[in-house]
Amino acid sequence: MSYSISLTVNGAQRRVQLDDPRVTLLDLLRERLDLTGTKKGCDRGQCGACTVLVDGRRINSCLALAVTLDGADISTIEGLADGDTLHPVQAAFIEHDGFQCGYCTPGQIMSAVGLISEGHAGDDPERVREGMSGNLCRCAAYHGITEAVVDATRRMAETTERKSA
Amino acid sequence: MKRFDYIRPVSVDDAVAAFRPGAAYLGGGTNLLDLMKIGVIQPDTLIDLGRIAELGPIEMLPGGGARVGALVRNSDLAYDRAFAAAFPMVAEAILAGASGQLRNAATVGGNLMQKTRCAYFQDPHSACNRREPGSGCAARGGDNANLAVLGWSDACIATNPSDMCVPLAALGAVVEVQGPAGKRDIPIADFHQLPGDQPETETALQPGELVIAIRLPTEAADFARNARYLKVRERTSFAFALVSVAAALKLDGQKIIAARIALGAVAAKPWRVTAAEDLLVGQAPTEEAFARAADALLEGARASGDNGYKIELARRAVIRALQMSAAGTPKRMPALPASPFGDVAEEHSHV
Ligand SMILES: Cc1cc2nc3c(=O)[nH]c(=O)nc-3n(C[C@H](O)[C@H](O)[C@H](O)COP(=O)(O)OP(=O)(O)OC[C@H]3O[C@@H](n4cnc5c(N)ncnc54)[C@H](O)[C@@H]3O)c2cc1C
Ligand code: SF4
Ligand code: FES
Ligand code: FES
Repeated sequence: MSYSISLTVNGAQRRVQLDDPRVTLLDLLRERLDLTGTKKGCDRGQCGACTVLVDGRRINSCLALAVTLDGADISTIEGLADGDTLHPVQAAFIEHDGFQCGYCTPGQIMSAVGLISEGHAGDDPERVREGMSGNLCRCAAYHGITEAVVDATRRMAETTERKSA
Repeated sequence: MKRFDYIRPVSVDDAVAAFRPGAAYLGGGTNLLDLMKIGVIQPDTLIDLGRIAELGPIEMLPGGGARVGALVRNSDLAYDRAFAAAFPMVAEAILAGASGQLRNAATVGGNLMQKTRCAYFQDPHSACNRREPGSGCAARGGDNANLAVLGWSDACIATNPSDMCVPLAALGAVVEVQGPAGKRDIPIADFHQLPGDQPETETALQPGELVIAIRLPTEAADFARNARYLKVRERTSFAFALVSVAAALKLDGQKIIAARIALGAVAAKPWRVTAAEDLLVGQAPTEEAFARAADALLEGARASGDNGYKIELARRAVIRALQMSAAGTPKRMPALPASPFGDVAEEHSHV
């Protein structure tokens, strides 16, 4: 049996023919759609390297079957920047040394974008650490990651205030 | 992973009609897909519940109870204002489990049905009576430091890993199910099964039955002002419990009118003993009274391996959780939900 699904990936419509329902969203992105920014760490929900947004919510793409997501809107790290202008979370990770080897970074950044839009952590470092606990960093760049997320949260809140003023 | 057929019904009736032996219902997939990848579960058909709208809503019931559809995502339930205000320890327990990403995907039905985290259950090459009846139990002579101290049998010493189910058990939730023989209600106390000599029978569900909702009874909302979840684990976040406690009190000044207590991660089901709760009725909320309740709750506990430490840990955790609930439900979800590292009397709202 073959399954046809349509997805919006980083704003673009994609129609995908799946001849096997076993394909995870992570493998679809990396192997079929050439979006290798999303990383595979554990493939078991334990590390967060594969974090993407589905309909605006962060999930582990290694534990989602692509076939279940027909009609969904997917955002990956490749779609975050606006041309050459980095997303505030990306810029903050660079400013605050939120990485060393960089392998966990796309997942950290997508998770942070999801966390900020959930709106429960605010700029409280303890709540940010708790909210980001699904993203492991083997290089232990946690200090910079927390600073980056707190800083990006503040800047994005200021931008929203300025826009609404 | 073994190849499977995939179907996506849009009603519970169609899902039940599609069921045949060898099929599995798919919720968020965070447990099922994981176990399929490592060959522990090998369904030949996946029945995706994800598009069944009737499994979706959270309803607050007149009089104080609630009904939560099986497909409600864990995060949506924990952050539902009305639900979290009425049942704060359920919200706290959910937020103490897994990670933000997993909670966004995991469903209430899947959480209720999640499998044990026993390492040998997860390894198809190990002997495991739960996975393969009659093959033995590799955990008995292996790494069993986090396995059961209550209700275990020689056949299996595994624990139920769910956080959400612990306060649901304390509050006497009811599981609504539907299957080939129609609909029925199962009290949560009867839902998860102790292993006995049939550890492979994990729940009271019959073949083809699926969870459609959980219901919290009216009286469960009486505990909103004094309800806490406490989870002791090897790191502060994103780790399964060594021991956890849901503790709730109904107080009249300095007198306890009713109490609810359940322990997690100590048995194959959340552990609730109503006789232990009754000991608190009419008492003042003192450490001595809490210790007596803890002893009654842990009556009969015994090590099943290198895990005797969990008995004393559980006893102390029960006392602490009761003290935390006596101090009052926090006004806002603590930064570290269910953590033992908070001050007992921190930022609570109602005292
Ligand atoms: C890394 C990691 C860490 C975790 N940490 C925690 C933790 O600290 N605390 C905790 O409590 N949990 C934890 N979990 C487990 C998590 O809570 C469960 O995986 C999740 O709740 C399962 O829900 P799901 O919807 O994804 O279920 P699925 O994976 O879709 O299904 C799980 C099981 O339930 C069955 N099922 C699903 N829905 C129904 C239904 N409606 N009726 C009948 N059967 C059904 C499936 O067939 C399957 O057997 C963790 C998981 C991972 C991967
Ligand atoms: S404790 Fe239970 S689940 Fe673990 S190996 Fe033994 S029989 Fe299997
Ligand atoms: S690769 Fe998905 S969580 Fe590790
Ligand atoms: S930067 Fe290396 S794993 Fe996080």
